[in-house]
Amino acid sequence: MASKTINPTRMELTRIKGRLKTAVRGHKLLKDKRDELMRQFMENVRQNKVLRQKVEEGLTRANRSLAVASAVMSPEMLEQALMFPTQSVELDMSFKNIMSVNVPRYEFHTKEEDTGDIYPYGFAQTSGELDAALDDLFCVFRDMLELAQAEKTTQLLAEEIEKTRRRVNALEYVMIPDMQRNIKYITMKLEESDRSTKVRLMKVKDMVLKEAHGWE
Amino acid sequence: MYKIGVLGEKDSIIAFSALGLEVFPVEGEQEAIATFRKLAKDGEHAIIYVTESFYETLAPEIDKYKDSLVPAVILIPGRDGSLGLGQTALNAAVERAVGANIL
Repeated sequence: MASKTINPTRMELTRIKGRLKTAVRGHKLLKDKRDELMRQFMENVRQNKVLRQKVEEGLTRANRSLAVASAVMSPEMLEQALMFPTQSVELDMSFKNIMSVNVPRYEFHTKEEDTGDIYPYGFAQTSGELDAALDDLFCVFRDMLELAQAEKTTQLLAEEIEKTRRRVNALEYVMIPDMQRNIKYITMKLEESDRSTKVRLMKVKDMVLKEAHGWE
Repeated sequence: MYKIGVLGEKDSIIAFSALGLEVFPVEGEQEAIATFRKLAKDGEHAIIYVTESFYETLAPEIDKYKDSLVPAVILIPGRDGSLGLGQTALNAAVERAVGANIL
């Protein structure tokens, strides 16, 4: 226990009182931070869930179309058709600050401005099913990007919430009660020594008076 | 300027190359781990999509990058359809933040 090792002096008392004040204020602030983070987090989770469902549905559909396409075409032809993409995607990343947590914001742009031109092959030797598969994929791509953003945000927020929660709990259940106990300990010690000084003085006074005047 | 990587079995991800993403077809666990490490470390790929079939193999590696800004590792369903693993990542995050799974 910490209270066993502290010095019961006035200086120590003032110091601990100051620390307690800071701790209480910090506790309140951190609690507010945790609550707000939690609200943002839950909002994010909801959005994340919707996006995840959308992406999984979209990708399943695209995969199904692709399976049909690969059934119609030979695997070599398929690979060849997709080998040289006309598009290339570049990703810009900026940051957004949510309660002092930096979360990424993605923005992508394609080299080819014309988004209709996503087919990197001629139409003569490929099947229409492949076109459909790529169409599906392109539709779901924007959602995939948003999903990445939402999921990373969720993870980063979760980490921050965990940290903040630990801090709040440490302050609430360890630091603050500890300091309050210490303050009490020092105050009692000081009062006790006050009393003992007083009693000693009274005794001395009695003794002096008795010696001088013979009073009982 | 960042790139987007897609890691998984060839059949599932080959079509992403047409969109202009970088695809990394892998076979076997060792190759998957090695490729993932390389991708995650180089700092050029801000997003790495990984098919669910490789999640089990890569889970320890993926966990390492959970708290860093780059890269974002996102699970996507492979050609066998969704295995529901993407949802587990979300559940894990919720559990971590709230302390209990409230979904």
